[in-house]
Amino acid sequence: MSARVLVAMSGGVDSSVAAALLCEQGYEVVGVAMRLTAEASPSSAVRRATCCSHEDFEDARRVAERMDFPFYVIDLRADFAARVVGNFVSEYLGGRTPNPCVMCNREIKFDRLWSRARALEADFVATGHYAQIERDAGGRFHLRRGIDSTKDQSYFLFTLGQSELARTLFPLGAMTKSEVRERARALGLANADKPESQEICFVPDGDYASFVERAVAPAEIRRGSVVTADGQALASHGGVHRFTVGQRRGLGIAAGTPMYVSEIRAATGEVVVGPRDQLNAAGLVAGQVRMVDPVWFESGEVRLEVKIRYRHPALPARLRMLTGERAEIRFEHGGPAVTPGQACVFYRGDEVLGGGFIERAVEA
Amino acid sequence: MRIYLDHNAGSPMRPAVRDAIARVGAAAHGNPASVHRSGQHARRALEQAREQVAALIGASARAIVFTSGGTESNNLAIFGAARAAGGDRRRIVTSAIEHSSVMAPMADLEARGFEVIRIAPDRDGRVNPEKVAAAIDNGVALVTIGLVNAEVGTIMDVGAVARKATRVGALFHLDAAQAAGRIKLRVEELSCDLMTVSAHKIGGPAGCGALFVRPRARVAPSMLGGPQESGMRAGTPNLIGAIGFGVAAAEVSGALEDERARIAVLGDALLEHLSAAIPGVRLNGARNGRVANTLNLTFPGVLGESMLIALDLEGVEVSMGSACAAGAVEPSHVLTAMGRSAAEARSSLRISAGWSTTANDIAHAAEIIPRVWRRVAGAEPAFDAEALR
Repeated sequence: MSARVLVAMSGGVDSSVAAALLCEQGYEVVGVAMRLTAEASPSSAVRRATCCSHEDFEDARRVAERMDFPFYVIDLRADFAARVVGNFVSEYLGGRTPNPCVMCNREIKFDRLWSRARALEADFVATGHYAQIERDAGGRFHLRRGIDSTKDQSYFLFTLGQSELARTLFPLGAMTKSEVRERARALGLANADKPESQEICFVPDGDYASFVERAVAPAEIRRGSVVTADGQALASHGGVHRFTVGQRRGLGIAAGTPMYVSEIRAATGEVVVGPRDQLNAAGLVAGQVRMVDPVWFESGEVRLEVKIRYRHPALPARLRMLTGERAEIRFEHGGPAVTPGQACVFYRGDEVLGGGFIERAVEA
Repeated sequence: MRIYLDHNAGSPMRPAVRDAIARVGAAAHGNPASVHRSGQHARRALEQAREQVAALIGASARAIVFTSGGTESNNLAIFGAARAAGGDRRRIVTSAIEHSSVMAPMADLEARGFEVIRIAPDRDGRVNPEKVAAAIDNGVALVTIGLVNAEVGTIMDVGAVARKATRVGALFHLDAAQAAGRIKLRVEELSCDLMTVSAHKIGGPAGCGALFVRPRARVAPSMLGGPQESGMRAGTPNLIGAIGFGVAAAEVSGALEDERARIAVLGDALLEHLSAAIPGVRLNGARNGRVANTLNLTFPGVLGESMLIALDLEGVEVSMGSACAAGAVEPSHVLTAMGRSAAEARSSLRISAGWSTTANDIAHAAEIIPRVWRRVAGAEPAFDAEALR
């Protein structure tokens, strides 16, 4: 009997092709679409821009019908609200800039979905991520970048350890996006030319500040002042959640030189601004650090590369483990703006070694 | 092997229905309203079907209005009664566990100024007829009640309701879509003015239903156009659907008691087996006073959604609550109205047998369901999703 694989399908072209390829490879495919948020109302102008809509599920269902595998919509709204949206809101209120896609992978796709896979006797979970999993001669699993450098999504997957990687399939890891679209057309999939989703799925209009304000009571909003590094107040502001480290626009101040947010102090409501060079950090401290292979924990100081935002290039750095799942990273050649809350992912060349969440910048 | 245990959602078409539809499809039938011979043939076939459906519920054929199904029948009954009612009758009495095709028209009428009184069921899914009767007075335009509940199978005792409605001059509508084929239906004994039945719930084709409209009951048509269906429902009738409905009705009428006894044996056997094999499993709906084909069960420690999918992958087809537009399952409003928590409703499945169900099907289901429950409970224990919010 062939192995059963649960494929997470969004209705987009990537997960559709992933499912179709697994069918062709002889797996017994079971497609699932995850219902993560409440349906947008039909009149909503932003409806088309978000996933989890009725049409997206229908797109996924059409692929399942075409490839003749069973398909189900599963309701993970409560988990998503508690573990992803709740975290997103509390991170912003705490003066950090969260990355909900990483959280969704860790908490939903590779946790809740995995439980569901076991309940359904599936041997693997598969997604349409652009990343590669390799098993070496010694039986250890390695997570690598997808070969399409413009689409590589390994950054979002650093929380996967050996046991997860052993049961996960990324069928698109060795393909480029244009190959995927070509494949979709060849398979006759209706969504071959569907546009990419860009924004965070539950904030389709991209207005994170308003989303946070709708989600919490007014008393939870941390208002305060925009201040300089030496404590001079420049303006008042409507809440620390409206700012992100490195931000230049929308500070509500008039200054001769461009000013950037360099630090957010949620406890006092202070948003510290300064000229660009004030942003540069020598390094950072990351928390909740996971290593793809635990052997890296015992390696003392490690030279590697770090990506501190999805769209940033990887920077050469040295990593040293601290206590309590923390690590200190020092950039080899001076540093860029470090944004607390973002994922910091460790690479060596193409390989993901692990990662964590940025807690704070380290000054020189 | 597929084991189909979702007859309350829709029964597979009976072989006799398939044959009849194939024969009609092969013959060149005209429009039953046409004067020519082809039209006459069509009309004869339609009227024969009408008689067969009428016989199912003990009505005269001229009181039967063919519709597109149970939903249209319910809409026609409710909106038709509301629109025809005098200005002094602005209340409607119903229950809290009706089908969506009753609930949604109720909400619409409420928004248009009607007062809707929804009688809650008890914990066993029974709506107390005395409570319903007590809510009926001469300000009531319509009383609409499901005779057999689709989700838990409880049978409504309507005698007192009918008497009170008749006395005060309110129209009395019974949604009998789930009752047809399961219990004997006689419109005179039930004293209803309107009754909904649906073809595909008894092994006829989907897309056809009927509304019994007692002669001289004041009901306004919703579909306007030609004079078809005594002016109650304009439009060329769905001849193929009606013929299939008629054949299914005739089969059901001819074997009702034998079939009821057969299904009771199967349903009771499955319940007994599952109760023994799954500690803590719980039957929703009164043990007595319900149709034996429907088992609504709360499975401890699992998400019903996972059970449903896992069972489907094993070939056992059951259901849970109702599907949303996107295809996800929503917990049953019937179970929450009965006092079950949202978490309990999420752990509940409906198993419904019917004409095609065999003893072999039940034996397999009795083996597969406990095995799947043990696996799902072990792999993905249910948690109280509400507590997470």
